[in-house]
Amino acid sequence: MSEFRSSRDGRITDERPWWDTFPWWSLIIVGVLVWMGAQIIVNDDYGLAWERIIPGLGLTLKSTIYAFGIALAIALIAGTGQMSRNVVVRNLARTYVEFVRGIPMLPLIFTVALILVPELTNLLNTRLDAWFGWKFKLSFEMRATVTLAVIYGAYMAEIFRGGIQSIPPGQIEAGRSLGLNRRQTMRSVVLPQAMRAIIPPMGNDFIAILKDTSLLSVLGALEITQRARQFSASTFKFREGYFVSAFIYLVLTLSLSVLLGVLERRMSRDRKGER
Amino acid sequence: MSAASTPAGATPTSGTPMIRLTGVSKTFNRTIHAVRDVDLDVAEGEVVVIVGPSGSGKSTVLRCINLLEVPTTGTVIVDGHTLTNAGTDLDHVRAEVGMVFQQFNLFPHLTVMENITLAQRKVRGRSKAEAEEMGMRQLTRVGIPDKADSFPRQLSGGQQQRVAIARSLAMEPKVMLFDEPTSALDPEMVKEVLDVMLELAGEGMTMVVVTHEMGFAKAAADRLVFIDEGEIVESGPPEEVFSNPSHDRTRAFFAKILY
Repeated sequence: MSEFRSSRDGRITDERPWWDTFPWWSLIIVGVLVWMGAQIIVNDDYGLAWERIIPGLGLTLKSTIYAFGIALAIALIAGTGQMSRNVVVRNLARTYVEFVRGIPMLPLIFTVALILVPELTNLLNTRLDAWFGWKFKLSFEMRATVTLAVIYGAYMAEIFRGGIQSIPPGQIEAGRSLGLNRRQTMRSVVLPQAMRAIIPPMGNDFIAILKDTSLLSVLGALEITQRARQFSASTFKFREGYFVSAFIYLVLTLSLSVLLGVLERRMSRDRKGER
Repeated sequence: MSAASTPAGATPTSGTPMIRLTGVSKTFNRTIHAVRDVDLDVAEGEVVVIVGPSGSGKSTVLRCINLLEVPTTGTVIVDGHTLTNAGTDLDHVRAEVGMVFQQFNLFPHLTVMENITLAQRKVRGRSKAEAEEMGMRQLTRVGIPDKADSFPRQLSGGQQQRVAIARSLAMEPKVMLFDEPTSALDPEMVKEVLDVMLELAGEGMTMVVVTHEMGFAKAAADRLVFIDEGEIVESGPPEEVFSNPSHDRTRAFFAKILY
């Protein structure tokens, strides 16, 4: 039951041995990655899988960045919208967030990409065609990317709202009692503090979006997962195809989370300076 | 004006008071009557100390003065502006009314100097140099000019509260409101804050102070107002209210707190 451990000389100590705190998991992961990398270089089957799958990397990254960017814009509107004083705006934002968060991603992708986007573009195009003689067309890739943005917009709206609401009301009262108006208080007092609570989970969502671009494969977008599926189906080398795609995702997500960790550490170091 | 709120000791220096609350009531959730029909005049240069049991509504009364709390009914007039009228520019009037909070409410992401210059620049439109000059002057006044570049978390509670006072004073307000400014402080830091407030009172600042520091009330108040259950029970010169309270509720309160 004791928090203390006994050391070799028979006395209790609060020190933990190095092997107890060492991050063995990172060694294991690095080991697996190195092994996979070696396979790709020396094993022709893995090498072929790599050659066929890696061209999907561009689309995966492009979709991730587009989806994240659009989601960020949606989240800012929906997140602050939920705190609006306007009853219509508040309820519209809330409806969107609750709807999207309550439906699994896959059916949402089908709904948005196959129903909502075509209907909306049709509606738009009758006008555009009449006015400019030009039609708007959205590729399946972009439709799926937009869907991801719509979904993550709702998740990230909650992050915005949570971050802003984590600021004690006394901060707003202090700002307002100094004569700052609502907007000034938001910009100079609330948002800078809320960013500390917002940035880390936003980073996590960026990584989550990267992984979820694999869902674009259901619409036939030639990103990493779709290429792995095609390679495996045509060569019957399932192991090689899916191992390589998993390898690519792992390298991407792990390097991103290391990057995020550095960012967070830098932010907390800045904060320590304030103490 | 009801008889209860007419100051017995203080004589207003001019015709219209700096602050006038008329029939102010505040009801939370339609059921909790925090403030009931309060009338209160504060003359220019007057120092009014509000005391009362916890939960008596004294902080709510104070927060109604700069409309941090919107009264359910009643009128609030500050410096001739009727704050409870729909068209009044609240931000403009709030800039003239400094407020010091129990929890300091300094902006933790800004340095002391940035805390003090923010509203000066955004609301008063002062340049950085002007705002910082004013900031230094106020920091010197509260005795911590050397802390300009510190962050709030690096300061003691007493220093933080003095920065909060300096932040308000830098706006050159006509009125200062204090909401239990020493209640969150360690005992050894209470005096340094009260000293600053006492000095301010001596300089003729119009002040409304909610506090439990009876020593401060004796030393600085022109008028002591006792609030219980959301109502002004008694009001008058501090010596009089202390030594010869005319209400049982006031007597009972002082019996509990005066040691």
